[in-house]
Amino acid sequence: MTDEESKREIVIPGEVIVKGSNYLPGEGTEKRGEEIIALRYGLTEENNKLVRIIPLSGTYQPRRGNVIIGKIQDIVFNGWLVDIDAPNSAFLSVAEFPRYINANDLVEHLDIGDVLVAKVQGVKRKGMELTVKGRGLGKLEEGMIIKVNPNKVPRIIGKEGSMVKLIKDESGANITVGQNGLIWLKGDTLDSELLAKKAIHFITERSFVSGLTEKVKEWFDKEKK
Amino acid sequence: MATKDTHNPKDSGATESKRDSAGFKRPDGRKIDETRHMKAEVGIIPNADGSAMFSFGDTVAIAAVYGPKQLHPQHLQNPETGILRCDYSMLSFSVTERIRPGTSRRSQEISKVTEWALAPALNIKDFPNTVVDVHINILQADASTRCAGINAAALALAHAGVPMNDIVSSVSIGKLDRQLVVDVSKAEEDWEEGEGATDIPFAFTGGKIALLQLDGKIRPKELKEAAKLAEKALKKVYEVQKEALKKAGIKEESK
Repeated sequence: MTDEESKREIVIPGEVIVKGSNYLPGEGTEKRGEEIIALRYGLTEENNKLVRIIPLSGTYQPRRGNVIIGKIQDIVFNGWLVDIDAPNSAFLSVAEFPRYINANDLVEHLDIGDVLVAKVQGVKRKGMELTVKGRGLGKLEEGMIIKVNPNKVPRIIGKEGSMVKLIKDESGANITVGQNGLIWLKGDTLDSELLAKKAIHFITERSFVSGLTEKVKEWFDKEKK
Repeated sequence: MATKDTHNPKDSGATESKRDSAGFKRPDGRKIDETRHMKAEVGIIPNADGSAMFSFGDTVAIAAVYGPKQLHPQHLQNPETGILRCDYSMLSFSVTERIRPGTSRRSQEISKVTEWALAPALNIKDFPNTVVDVHINILQADASTRCAGINAAALALAHAGVPMNDIVSSVSIGKLDRQLVVDVSKAEEDWEEGEGATDIPFAFTGGKIALLQLDGKIRPKELKEAAKLAEKALKKVYEVQKEALKKAGIKEESK
């Protein structure tokens, strides 16, 4: 990490982040004349003259390819409406189910209240479309779901999944992190699930500490005595 | 016109401080362009998506923001943009005489006016069919409650991560007899000498007026002067708001 990258600052909406015509406005910013203005509350990040804001709060904003966890909200004639804890609900079409389903048997496969892992296939202005075709996607049967701030999900995953792997290895629980802030935990014992849950809360509370992976390792050692 | 002898309005060459020393005294001894002690805190309601407290002296307002979330009933949804909904309410114990809880003519008006003051700062076009709910409660009232409410709401909206063009800051300007003062307190609101009291709440966002209310009489020249006074006082309000948000961010960062 270079010095320029690590220089993060908290900005408030309307605040001037940098002046100068050679900067480019990234996510959460706007260019007004020569100045780059923050449009939301968060931390600034500058990379190759591209200035963007890392939000500290706010609702989940879907992106194509995101893996999310949701709950079936309603069944319509050609699919399911899924509540994913975002401003708009998501739609899962029958055509996006791994195998053929008779339109009358939708309930047999996913009923209202069922929880599933899905992938965002497309984002429209109003809501998004999901798919459950793929490895690791589909209905969840056991385990527990916990909710965290969706802005802290990158921290729980870590660099190339290092953090999730660490929690998996240390707690023995299987973890699926939804980009929308819902996390599914499933271990052989309840204790392993609870340990993983505790670890995740530990991370979310310290999401901006540097060298977090090391600290989580230490924390696991202490927790397990 | 009891005070007319003590200060001459025609004496336009006089500076503010000179007019101050010309005998005008505020009940609490403040300077005419001085606000009461301001305090702001962000993140006071853990359950809300964003929350804040803002106080002018004894006037304390809290605001909680929920959303953007799907709007129900559906017929109120706007497919073009998200909408803002404000709810202002004074708690029954906020004044010495208990006030009946719930909506009143007054609270409905202030809710609407707050909505209009905050709307130009908000940038929720990317959230169609949704609503951002802002709940403002006055814990303690000592005049200028709507201004404290707007300040708290602006902080809470920013804290909730709602995209905004700018922060909204608000302050009230009073005209006590013929003297303009910043941040009216209850004692001043009930001013009876001379022309009496006129209360002018102002809110600015990005250097532009977002709210201007006027109940009473004022000369056009005085109104311009009032706007200038407000703009000056709001710089201090903005600093308090900015500091509160940054402090909350640092707390978040170093936890």
